[in-house]
Amino acid sequence: MTGTSSRTGTAISNLRRICEQELDGQYDLEIIDVLQFPDVAEDEKILATPTLIKSLPLPLRRVIGDLSDKEKVLLGLEVRPVRTANADGVAS
Amino acid sequence: MSQATKHAGIEKQSTKHAPVEKIATGISSFDIIAKGGLPRNRTTLISGTAGSGKTIFAVQFLAAGINAGTPAVFVTFEESATDIRKNMLSFGWDLQKWENDNLLAFVDASPDPHIDSVESGSFDLGALLARVQHAVKKVKAERVAVDSLGAVFSQFSDQSIVRSELFRIASALKAMHVTAVLTAERTEDYGPIARFGVEEFIADNVMILRNVLEDESRRRTIEILKFRGCDHQKGEYPFTIVPDGGVIVIPLSAMHLSMKSSSVRISSGNVQLDEMCGGGLFRDSVTLVSGATGTGKTLTVTQFLQGGAFHGERCLLLAFEESRDQLARNATGWGVDFGKLEKEGLLRVVCDYPDVSGLEDWLVTIQSAILDFKPHRVALDSLSALEHVGSPKAFREFVIGLTSFVKHQEITALFTSTTESLMGGDSITETHISTLTDSIILLRYVEMFGQMKRGLTVLKMRGSAHDKAIREFTIDEHGMRMGRPFRNVTGILAGAPVHVSPGDLERVWSKADDEPMMAAERREGDVTPTRAAKGRKR
Repeated sequence: MTGTSSRTGTAISNLRRICEQELDGQYDLEIIDVLQFPDVAEDEKILATPTLIKSLPLPLRRVIGDLSDKEKVLLGLEVRPVRTANADGVAS
Repeated sequence: MSQATKHAGIEKQSTKHAPVEKIATGISSFDIIAKGGLPRNRTTLISGTAGSGKTIFAVQFLAAGINAGTPAVFVTFEESATDIRKNMLSFGWDLQKWENDNLLAFVDASPDPHIDSVESGSFDLGALLARVQHAVKKVKAERVAVDSLGAVFSQFSDQSIVRSELFRIASALKAMHVTAVLTAERTEDYGPIARFGVEEFIADNVMILRNVLEDESRRRTIEILKFRGCDHQKGEYPFTIVPDGGVIVIPLSAMHLSMKSSSVRISSGNVQLDEMCGGGLFRDSVTLVSGATGTGKTLTVTQFLQGGAFHGERCLLLAFEESRDQLARNATGWGVDFGKLEKEGLLRVVCDYPDVSGLEDWLVTIQSAILDFKPHRVALDSLSALEHVGSPKAFREFVIGLTSFVKHQEITALFTSTTESLMGGDSITETHISTLTDSIILLRYVEMFGQMKRGLTVLKMRGSAHDKAIREFTIDEHGMRMGRPFRNVTGILAGAPVHVSPGDLERVWSKADDEPMMAAERREGDVTPTRAAKGRKR
């Protein structure tokens, strides 16, 4: 994220909603402000904000933007909604 | 402005309403055509096709600053920092060392094949900007290079966001008080300024690098298209890229015709030739020796070099026609020992095939050889051999560049040129450069009663009287031996010698011999008997 822009707020609320709804609340979320920690952006080679990085479970995935398109977020993170997973009998 | 250009951009901008200042880039040849350097605290776009030298110029701009104690930041969107560090080592720029010394910081924004990302909704390039600002702050950079804008577009699918974000970054760079160069790709050497059509609006200033294929050889040129609010040289200037140096611009038409003119005479190495030239060649003059093959051009060169070495002057020979061994053997035949002169440090021979590099490269090679050896005399044998290396335009630029350089260095130069026809005639070389040279000596074959004789004449000797006769000369083991003028032949220079009867000659020569003193009335008076004589004959 960069600072406290409206896009930052939108992205955070979009992400929390997706995680609550689709991941059944099973997630850890860390928010980093690149204005305060530019070194982290340098190390992670981040250009765009907001950028969402899924560290675990592997593989590493990134989604850029305010996460307003839920389908794309799920596709990009390669996580499948909990309900679908349960229906298939596969743990996500 | 003049004060600012002296330093490599160390002091801060003093007044807000002053005209646009420039900072000397440190690329001295570029600063000439940029009339001082790049505008301070502005962004300059460097646009060019693939392989036109954009990245090299960008790194060189930073390197020149770093060498003058100005830290810099390099933002790469295309090649990885690792690759750039490696590639630039061949130019003698050790980026890693500068990074360790906190003089340079990389912002590596090159695409990482291991990172897979998806776009969902709107975004900005705030993280990139934060990284650039952080890097600038960290090393206290005053110069920034961004390479290249086009690569940013290819990293994101939403082009309109990238476009507006690049504008934001460009204005942020200005707010950081750095002088920045941004590179951009173009698809054609003569076409739209850059691929995405917006790059030229992002930056304040625009420069174009070209790499044009011309007659099977590449020709690089640099053009400053616009410098907002300040002056620059217009048009394309040839440049070359050399190892251990990077970009070297050849600022031809920006050169001033302000050479000093020496009145000191030096020997051509042949006393009789000196006499014909009115007492020798001028110290900072350029002499062209033109003649068909075998007329004695290389001999004239050899004598010129020997004459210099005899007076303890250093001589540089640039030989493009014969090998080192051939040259030495010929010289020995005329009683000159090249090997000995080289050992004594009075002679250096640069000998190579003309085709091994382009004319711009030759100019740079020759210039650095001159700066290194600091010769008093330079001989080039022959210009004609270099004529076919590039286009006529490139050749003319080469000759202009070379003559003005040797004159600036106050060197006596002797160039040879081979005429295509055996008898008379002129070559392209002569028409190209005769106006640039101070003296012209013609060597010609003269056919006389079934024998080939050699003739020499001083055609032009700027700023001095000289012998107007065409003299016969012979070549023996001591070199060139001047003889009598060809009195009974006319039309030698035109390549069609005609023998004139002794009776006519008497009258013609009685006029010609005292020509300088001849008054208008005397000429009138002289003509009458000639006509009368002709009339009597018939």
